[in-house]
Amino acid sequence: MTLAQGVAGSSPALNISIFAAFVLITLVVVFRASKNTRTAADYYAAGRAFTGPQNGIAISGDYLSAASFLGIAGAIALNGYDGFLYSIGFLVAWLVALLLVAELLRNTGKYTMGDVLAFRMRQRPVRAAAAVSTLAVSFFYLLAQMAGAGGLVALLLGITNPVGQGAVIAVVGLIMIVYVLVGGMKGTTWVQIIKAALLIVGAAGITVWVLARFGFNLSAMLGGAVEKGGAAVLDPGKQYGKTGLTQLDFVSLALALVLGTAGLPHILMRFYTVPTAKDARRSVVWAIWLIGIFYLFTLVLGYGAGAIVGPEAINAAPGKANSAAPLLASALGGPVLLGFIAAVAFATILAVVAGLTITASASFAHDVYANVIKKGEVDDKDQEVRVARITALVIGAVAIVGGIVANGQNIAFLVALAFAVAASANLPTILYSLFWKRFNTSGALWSIYGGLAVCVLLIVFSPAVSGNATAMFPDADFDLFPLANPGIVSIPVSFVLGWLGTVLSKERNDDKYAEMEVRALTGVGAEKAVQH
Amino acid sequence: MSTTERTGAEHLPPDPARWREVQDSADFAELRRRLRRFVFPMTGLFLVWYLVYVLLADYAHGFMSTRLFGNINIALVLGLLQFVSTFVITMLYVRYANRRIDPQAEKIRAQIEGADK
Repeated sequence: MTLAQGVAGSSPALNISIFAAFVLITLVVVFRASKNTRTAADYYAAGRAFTGPQNGIAISGDYLSAASFLGIAGAIALNGYDGFLYSIGFLVAWLVALLLVAELLRNTGKYTMGDVLAFRMRQRPVRAAAAVSTLAVSFFYLLAQMAGAGGLVALLLGITNPVGQGAVIAVVGLIMIVYVLVGGMKGTTWVQIIKAALLIVGAAGITVWVLARFGFNLSAMLGGAVEKGGAAVLDPGKQYGKTGLTQLDFVSLALALVLGTAGLPHILMRFYTVPTAKDARRSVVWAIWLIGIFYLFTLVLGYGAGAIVGPEAINAAPGKANSAAPLLASALGGPVLLGFIAAVAFATILAVVAGLTITASASFAHDVYANVIKKGEVDDKDQEVRVARITALVIGAVAIVGGIVANGQNIAFLVALAFAVAASANLPTILYSLFWKRFNTSGALWSIYGGLAVCVLLIVFSPAVSGNATAMFPDADFDLFPLANPGIVSIPVSFVLGWLGTVLSKERNDDKYAEMEVRALTGVGAEKAVQH
Repeated sequence: MSTTERTGAEHLPPDPARWREVQDSADFAELRRRLRRFVFPMTGLFLVWYLVYVLLADYAHGFMSTRLFGNINIALVLGLLQFVSTFVITMLYVRYANRRIDPQAEKIRAQIEGADK
């Protein structure tokens, strides 16, 4: 098998046709959904008319990104148990969202994370800060998704020259822009729902198939993985147990994963697409079940790929770890199953990038344009949506360029960085804002900007960026901070800064807190569903 | 396909004193107490359980690698138990919220919205 041929047995024409069918179907759905997209509430929050279960499926579509599917399966196939630890962090994190954030956020906000953070603060500085951190988290997440696209193109279409890969990434980016511009949040949500259904059904099918090969005996399947990958794949520590530093790095990663989810702006924004806080709760419950079950599948996919394909073949394939799941599909079901899984993987990247784009554009238009620049007095509501659409175009362009530049980085790892930024810049402010009466503007700004700055700086000076062969810039050498994931430092720093900034400022607004708390807990005056 | 929701935003008390009054009421204190009494300890519990698991996976390789039967080791079982505990806490919270939080929130909301009509 040579690189130019992609995966043995892969039929690029078949892969493209299945993906084209997905794009066609979703475009029809998006155009139909666009008929009712008129107001800002339609564009940003799909008229708040989705049901809890629909939104729950869409959330799992948003959350089960290429990182979850390709990244975790690959990590388990190559690093064994240590890859599984990602799944657990990603899942347990949902309890933070369920217990502490989802319902209260739905009751107090309108379109963006900034709505909640700025509720009882001075509007302009806090909204600007919320928008900055939203854009930063979305950017890292976007990069992670698009980085996977290049490898996937090489793997599935047999295109190995960078220009050809770039062209395919550009096409994917353009389709995504059409979804967002035409369909708004409603269209994007339907794309997520369709994609989540395909992804979960596809993963379930392969899981059953893999288990059937081993007589539905989990232990026998693990034995198969041991045969090809060595006994170490079953035990923790293969990847992170090498030195004291990598062990510490693992604790840092685990913290970022569990505290990051409830600070991801594109997940938070999904809570506004349902009519009530109770529906927001129901969405999270659906999401937890679907995501949990999916991660159980990835355990089988990962070890199955290790047992049936083997680490050597995976490392030899273009895209390395990211190609474990497609290779497994090919080994089991030949070109047809590979084509299906390939299309699902592309659809995943497409849908998640669309979700990120609409979130980032909403935050810019609603927080920065409408509230910071126009000081909350936009004469023409359509103007705000127009700004959001223009922003979506710009972000789409950034996504395409980013995808071409970040081509080939490990996607699960990049997503982990996005989680670290979310956990450092957003989560402390969200929690203080919802639960701490004394919290004020200065605390919010210290926590957001401080957490963001510390987190990004530590990433820049980490071994992930420079100083070794696997870094982004292998030739440069400025890895002053020893850990690849900054969470263990940046998250506590952000909490401390939020507290310090608050107590050093005299500002306190007990009246506004009373309003916020009563609204958050009772749902009085919460934004309602749009009637069409 | 839109869903109707109770009205309320139109006749909100504009007066900050009204929010303070509700916030200081015994009913609201009870609602806050019910919410916090569940979510804070539960958050502490699952975070501690998650951290214990992470630290074991990170620093107690020998223990975690103990084979229980076949190729199934303690690490895998504890990992799967993280899934179980997440599902269980989710179900417990939904049951608690439906029984103890929602009716109380509903009561206060009705009072606020009724009083302003």
